[in-house]
Amino acid sequence: MAEIANPSVSIQNVSLNYGAVSVLQTLNLDIADGEFIVLLGPSGCGKSTLLNCIAGLLDISKGRIFIKGKNVTWEEPKDRGIGMVFQSYALYPQMTVEKNLSFGLRVAGLPKDEIAKRIARAAEILQIEPLLQRKPSALSGGQRQRVAIGRALVRDVDVFLFDEPLSNLDAKLRSELRVEIKLLHRRLQNTMIYVTHDQIEAMTLADRIAVMKGGVIQQLDAPQTIYNRPVNRFVAGFLGSPAMNFIEGQLQAGDVGAFTTDGVSIPLDRYEFDKDRGSAGMPCVFGIRPEHVAFGDAAKAMPFTAESAVEIVEPMGSDTLVWTKLGGRNFSFRVEAEKTLRTGDPIRIGFDPARASLFDTQSGNRL
Amino acid sequence: MSDQAVSLSAPSGAGHADASGPSGPKPRHIFSRRNIFLYGTLIVAALYYLLPLYVMIVTSLKGMPEIRLGNIFSPPLEITFEPWVKAWSTACTGLNCDGLSRGFWNSVRITVPSVILSIAIASVNGYALANWRFKGADTFFIILIVGAFIPYQVMIYPIVIILREIGLYGSLSGLVIVHSIFGMPILTLLFRNYFTSMPEELFRAARVDGAGFWGIYLRIMLPMSLPIFVVAVILQVTGIWNDFLFGVVYTRPDTYPMTVQLNNIVNSVQGVKEYNVNMAATILTGLVPLVIYFISGRLFVRGIAAGAVKG
Repeated sequence: MAEIANPSVSIQNVSLNYGAVSVLQTLNLDIADGEFIVLLGPSGCGKSTLLNCIAGLLDISKGRIFIKGKNVTWEEPKDRGIGMVFQSYALYPQMTVEKNLSFGLRVAGLPKDEIAKRIARAAEILQIEPLLQRKPSALSGGQRQRVAIGRALVRDVDVFLFDEPLSNLDAKLRSELRVEIKLLHRRLQNTMIYVTHDQIEAMTLADRIAVMKGGVIQQLDAPQTIYNRPVNRFVAGFLGSPAMNFIEGQLQAGDVGAFTTDGVSIPLDRYEFDKDRGSAGMPCVFGIRPEHVAFGDAAKAMPFTAESAVEIVEPMGSDTLVWTKLGGRNFSFRVEAEKTLRTGDPIRIGFDPARASLFDTQSGNRL
Repeated sequence: MSDQAVSLSAPSGAGHADASGPSGPKPRHIFSRRNIFLYGTLIVAALYYLLPLYVMIVTSLKGMPEIRLGNIFSPPLEITFEPWVKAWSTACTGLNCDGLSRGFWNSVRITVPSVILSIAIASVNGYALANWRFKGADTFFIILIVGAFIPYQVMIYPIVIILREIGLYGSLSGLVIVHSIFGMPILTLLFRNYFTSMPEELFRAARVDGAGFWGIYLRIMLPMSLPIFVVAVILQVTGIWNDFLFGVVYTRPDTYPMTVQLNNIVNSVQGVKEYNVNMAATILTGLVPLVIYFISGRLFVRGIAAGAVKG
């Protein structure tokens, strides 16, 4: 990975332990100026904890945190140059929207006209001018989250921290606000760190995604790379909906090499191995995403084809997920919604192993 | 109400195949067995508690000759407010013959500062315990809770000595301090649980906004905690106003609170027992907590629910 010359946020060997429980383990992360980085992972993976450590709301056990080149490890949250948006909005219920926005500025003792100027700007950007005199209880979820973003905006900070900001919204609002956050980032060009467990938010928003598990960053890369070349089986399984197909089997030696499982042999001559080529006979897991599987006539052109029968058809509107069996295991693939398949229909499926992923069963790492 | 519900349900069922079957809201009968049993029990329970109050009120409005007839349940033939006036302003306790009025003002001078002081300290305690998890916070909290279970009587004599040594024994301020300290465990528990039930993110947002310990307490937490303050005020006003033990131990006759004076009036062994004056004096003494309940009953229930369920 290329070194980042002047990181906006730099996390160096940060650990956090609660007694014997280790929540973050010697974590390193450099975030470039103006970058949108998403911390993605299942609940309990430490992503929110890491965000709170960056914000200064949690004390770390080891390591250092730099923001804009300044060591802020021991600084109070307000002195770190950060603004934070919370999942539950965390608006002060007894204050109007305007007072909510200005609270931090009033605490900091800014002059009145400066406060008014900043609120006007934030309200204009987020289009919440008509709401300024309302109490949070009179706002809808989407409006509340906009005000919460505004509260970070008026602070005029270098780094924005988002802690699952869209999780409390319904699906439609979520996708609307997702676009707005992206537009906001384009307009402000601030560094943004965004925590979520929603892979669609991660894929759509991020410049880079850090997939976390058990307090460790599993993979840090551009969304497409993470999606197409996951470094281990956890990352492969966590990203993608419907999920990747996994088939357990062995690596077969030979000139070209192949992956074999009950009566199925998949040639690996087109597969791009990582550094680790594995050894003959070692158990491994073959993974392929449902959308990379062709069927019918298109399958014939593929380097690997197999005959099977339709088991279950799941129409999802834009396309249809078809479940079948390959090597005795459940196997799903995507077809256009127009294709009408019924349970029991014989089908031909095929795919290009170049688009697949191969993992060592024992370590879970990509081969 | 129930008639309307039944008539409304009729047309909506018409279009269906089974038009005669149940449809719409279920009809309710006022005189069902369940209702009779429920309200019967409630009425009996209410009468049980209201009857003594009734006896007190009618007796306090009777003259002594009428009381001697012995019909304690019959309403007064001739209403007189003489006993109330006497109880308030001329009844004798020991050497003083200025009635309960002296005790009333003593009680006010004890209750008001004790309530304010104890709630002010306990709310900050609870806030610190809930939001600023300092080292040893849990131990401190457990010690405080244990304090709530130690019987007061155990501590009476040591406190007498302490107050004597610091020169506050027998003064009102000494009693105020005692009341504030003894209110601390339960009030701190109450406030801690209330503040714990508030969303943690609110506190974090305020920290990111740069507010400190007092800033968050005064500007964020206080405005949100009216219900729990009402609960605390009610608990403390009734507790301190009704207190007898500390009042009689830590004050002198001229600073006795109302409850102690009431006892001295009712239990005086000289002369005729004036039941009407005793009843009037008792009602007068109980009036303050009663008024507090009536004014803030609804808030009280809401606050109890908010503070006690969680944590």
